[in-house]
Amino acid sequence: MHGLINRSLQNFLSDSYGVEAWQAIAARAGAPAEGFEAMLNYDDALTWSVLDAAAAHLVKARATLLEDMGTYLVSHPRMHRLRRLLRFGGVGFVDFLHSLDRLPERARLAVPDLEMPVLDLEEQGNGSFQLTVRFERQGLGLVLVGLLRAMADDFGALVCLDHAGAPDGAEVIAIEVVEVRFAEGRAFALATPAP
Amino acid sequence: MISGQTRELPTVGAAALDRLMPMHVLLDADGAIVHAGPTLMRLLGEDPVLGRPFLEVFELRRPGGIDSARALADAAGRVLTVRLCGGDGPFLTGLAQPAMPGGLIVNLSFGISVVDAVGRHALHAGDFAATDPTVELLYLVEAKDAVLDEFHKLNQRLQGARVAAEEQAFTDTLTGLKNRRALDHVLARYARAGLPHALLHLDLDWFKEVNDTHGHAAGDHVLQRTAEILVSEIREDDTAVRMGGDEFLLIFPRLTRRDRLAALAQRLLERLQEPMPFGDVHCRVSASIGIAVCEAGGTADAAGNLARADAALYLSKRRGRGRFSFSAPGCPPGCVPGAVHPQGVTKLSSR
Repeated sequence: MHGLINRSLQNFLSDSYGVEAWQAIAARAGAPAEGFEAMLNYDDALTWSVLDAAAAHLVKARATLLEDMGTYLVSHPRMHRLRRLLRFGGVGFVDFLHSLDRLPERARLAVPDLEMPVLDLEEQGNGSFQLTVRFERQGLGLVLVGLLRAMADDFGALVCLDHAGAPDGAEVIAIEVVEVRFAEGRAFALATPAP
Repeated sequence: MISGQTRELPTVGAAALDRLMPMHVLLDADGAIVHAGPTLMRLLGEDPVLGRPFLEVFELRRPGGIDSARALADAAGRVLTVRLCGGDGPFLTGLAQPAMPGGLIVNLSFGISVVDAVGRHALHAGDFAATDPTVELLYLVEAKDAVLDEFHKLNQRLQGARVAAEEQAFTDTLTGLKNRRALDHVLARYARAGLPHALLHLDLDWFKEVNDTHGHAAGDHVLQRTAEILVSEIREDDTAVRMGGDEFLLIFPRLTRRDRLAALAQRLLERLQEPMPFGDVHCRVSASIGIAVCEAGGTADAAGNLARADAALYLSKRRGRGRFSFSAPGCPPGCVPGAVHPQGVTKLSSR
């Protein structure tokens, strides 16, 4: 798995549960003691081992961790760059939803070897959408649930999300946009903010 | 019904043009601005531009020599480079086409200066047509910066690791002194720079006996203690090397005075002869020293200088150990040194 994914997982665990927890999890999973390098590639199995080790060490359900990680990716100050890149997808939350189909394409423009899921958004009318997520293993859909929830907050939209597995190994997220402009949301300017 | 009849083409209104090309201007037959798209209006700010000649509002940099509405109309279809008059703002790329009846439409774009422009004019996604990939370009610039930043950090970490690995590769793990590999580097550097320096080659006497009697742990302790003594007697720029076994070499850049080297050697001999406590035993060793002074512009190479120091050490051993000797400058290795100054401590520790 790409180092960016592993590094994000590491940052999520150490920012949420402390550096010591991360170190214990890394040791348990056989991850590099010095941490993951964002720009190197790692064995795919290692990512899932870290996740299993985290669930065991923190005594938390994997599903909860995955969803929390999705929220972290957008809302934690350390991930401000990713949040900005996602906001380029659209002016409002619905625009953003419509940009999801092309999210993998966007990601690969920046990082060509990044593993991305296949995303398929279907608009069902009355503010209802269905997002199908296909990835090498199930679980990424839960990350997307967390990420969508945080993005809705970011845009100030009120949404209901529901995650379910599909028989063909895909995951399906039901999205109901209750109110597009429920709250103020966070500001976004095209220009990069001064560091 | 398909026929050769001329069919009336649908016309495009100003509001549609504003959405399709938010940075266009419409000029009348006299070259005066009659309409500007909303994004261009943002750029122009408070400046009232309607009714003013295009060439008065915009400085036309390319193509050159266009100074009239007529010349501008003739430039239709060519790539224009323009900038707002009197400003230091970004250059814009433009394309003009005739508009009916008898006017001109000029569409402008930021081109590569868009990154600067969005900051300067606080532009947002709605300022660009949805079909315009400018926002995607901005996305790419930011993604590229983020990736470059990660690579930069990775490079810094790798550089740090490289320095640490090199340091390790040049260090003797038992004593923390430099190793033989480091010695070759230092000597080659001094030889290249023609730097005067001195080599002090030191070999412990009775070390094998300590090892045999008290064990390897005691032997290791003696080597570590010896390293401590050597390090405590040298300057910061000097180098202390463990050559292997119980053999050490000190390198003194810019030090060629024999009296000072002799005093130093004497001090080392005295300190190394003091008993070294290890557990409940006292390890006793002494040392033999050979010194080679390498003057600036000397002809000998690094290997030759080492051989001279080695020959002087051999002489000290032969003369009864616990002493130091100088090699004659330029004396080729293997010859009997002509100006050897055997001196030093005669009293060997009784064992």
